[in-house]
Amino acid sequence: MLARRILTRLLTTLVTLLGVSIVVFVVIRVVPGNPIAMMLPPGATPADIERLNALYGFDRSILAQYFIWLGGVVQGDFGTSIQTRQPVLGLVLGRLPATLELAIMALVIAVVIGGFLALTGTRLRGTATEGAIDVGNGMALSVPVFLWGLVLILLFGVLWPVFNISGRISPHLVQEFHTRFFLFESVLRLRFDLWLDLMRHMLMPALALAIPLAAIIGQLLKQSLKETMHLDYVTLARTKGYGENHVIVREALRNAILPTLTLIGVQFTFLIGGTVIIERLFSYEGLGNMAIDAVINRDLPLIQGIVIIFALLFTVINLIVDMLYTVLNPRLRHG
Amino acid sequence: MSAYLSIRNLSAVLKGAPKGTPRLLRSVSLDVAAGEVRGLVGESGAGKSMIGKAVLGILPRAVQVIEGEIWLDGVDLLRMTPSERRRRIGASAALIPQDPMTALNPSRRIGPQITDRLVDILGWTRADAEARARELLDEVRIPDPARVMRSYPHELSGGMRQRVLIASAFAAEPKMIVADEPTTALDVTVQKQILRLIAQMQARHGTALLFVTHDLGVVSKVCDTLSVLYAGKVVEDTRVRDFFAAPGHAYSAALLAATPKYTDPDAGLNPVPAAVIEAVQAEVAAAEAAWRKGGAHG
Repeated sequence: MLARRILTRLLTTLVTLLGVSIVVFVVIRVVPGNPIAMMLPPGATPADIERLNALYGFDRSILAQYFIWLGGVVQGDFGTSIQTRQPVLGLVLGRLPATLELAIMALVIAVVIGGFLALTGTRLRGTATEGAIDVGNGMALSVPVFLWGLVLILLFGVLWPVFNISGRISPHLVQEFHTRFFLFESVLRLRFDLWLDLMRHMLMPALALAIPLAAIIGQLLKQSLKETMHLDYVTLARTKGYGENHVIVREALRNAILPTLTLIGVQFTFLIGGTVIIERLFSYEGLGNMAIDAVINRDLPLIQGIVIIFALLFTVINLIVDMLYTVLNPRLRHG
Repeated sequence: MSAYLSIRNLSAVLKGAPKGTPRLLRSVSLDVAAGEVRGLVGESGAGKSMIGKAVLGILPRAVQVIEGEIWLDGVDLLRMTPSERRRRIGASAALIPQDPMTALNPSRRIGPQITDRLVDILGWTRADAEARARELLDEVRIPDPARVMRSYPHELSGGMRQRVLIASAFAAEPKMIVADEPTTALDVTVQKQILRLIAQMQARHGTALLFVTHDLGVVSKVCDTLSVLYAGKVVEDTRVRDFFAAPGHAYSAALLAATPKYTDPDAGLNPVPAAVIEAVQAEVAAAEAAWRKGGAHG
């Protein structure tokens, strides 16, 4: 029953989030580094530190702190950032759209490139082109994301500076937007001047994130396609008079794509993890960049807020993948 | 009467095999006249399925035809460009596959899998093609054709799927159908029904049928003529009536004697005697040597 499945799903999500929050809460309080000491000037007395500790509640037991925090979260209050003195929820939601747009752009690039490589490799299987694709995929996979970032900065930011390699948008354009979903908004309002500026900033970090995922998609999808091409229903379609391209796309692709879809779900969460480093590298004002600042400043409430949002994001992605799976595989639709 | 399908001296080898490796098909020749049912029997690996695949242009990539002609409706398929050949085969021939559980695309509905050839290759309108599909599903005695056309393969039983595949094979009214062991993968209780259905459909539509099987009992029920294959060579080509009365080749006779009889369940099995095997192997080897000597082949 659908209602029951959704309910189970929601419950699991809640338990996951609760678990994540406990782990984060404990870990960031156990590791050395005092958030209060970070925010006070060098001349502060132990009494000053004591007073602020009490103010933020850091003198209570971890358990007491957790329940106070949880009590706030239930009412939509994720606490106040120690560094900026602003509500955590507002800060996190303000940055989330930037990271979402970057991650989705990277995903789209990865699917397009990976899909193209897989289809080409299948069409030309057994030829030198397929070999070249395999070698390229292997290389793309063996280089970590941040190194791709550096390579792209060097190539298209320094040697041949056609892209902006710093920030999300040219600063003077920020006031043009009503929402934080800049890319989305620019398309909806048909403001292609803004869109172009955004793309000049976003394409390189998105590409750096996309390269390894594209390689994985290309490799796995090509493998599944090649296996599917031997199946009886593909052979039967050939006897009907269909050519190679048609057979690959209409008969094989939809069945071959299922394992790749699962993999994309898993890899997309890694990709979002990768935004932390890539955003730093490209000074892109997203959640990842904010997370690094929060960790450096020991801004505990902010760290908690960011991690919870990331965890929520991962569960939502898994849910979407499950739903897509049901759409693509008719055998899962009943029962 | 001229043959609708005529295979002449067809030889195939494994691609990249070293010189002198035996051929997979050894100068195979056979004819199927319009409306005729020819059985193609032999042991596993004798090459009977491969002949069917060659006719339909679906030989595995590893197999290479090195000589011969396959005339289908007056044109030699092997002299055509791949795309011409594909369309020609799609328009005038069809396959009834071996395993109905794997021969339907699990993610597509039944209807489009029957109508796709009519619409995409033969240029019918969708409405005409769907009407035709319903008519054929009715003809193969599938209840509620409209509902079945909306179903996915996993919602149908093996017997139903084979009926769908038979309907699909006859959809474009082809003059030539290759049935590749169409009952082997089915439940014994369903085998008989499907066999009878194929025979009825063939008779009603006047289709030439190349029936690949290892079951001589099936041959006696549905075939007019018969080619016996051993190691890629046709060792006997005869009328079915004559074959069962008096097989012309020692190997054929041994094969016939090896068929278990339901009427006498206590009788032991009669394997093909070693002497017969040796004789037929010597015959094949001699033919192979003569072929090598005769042509400038590999």
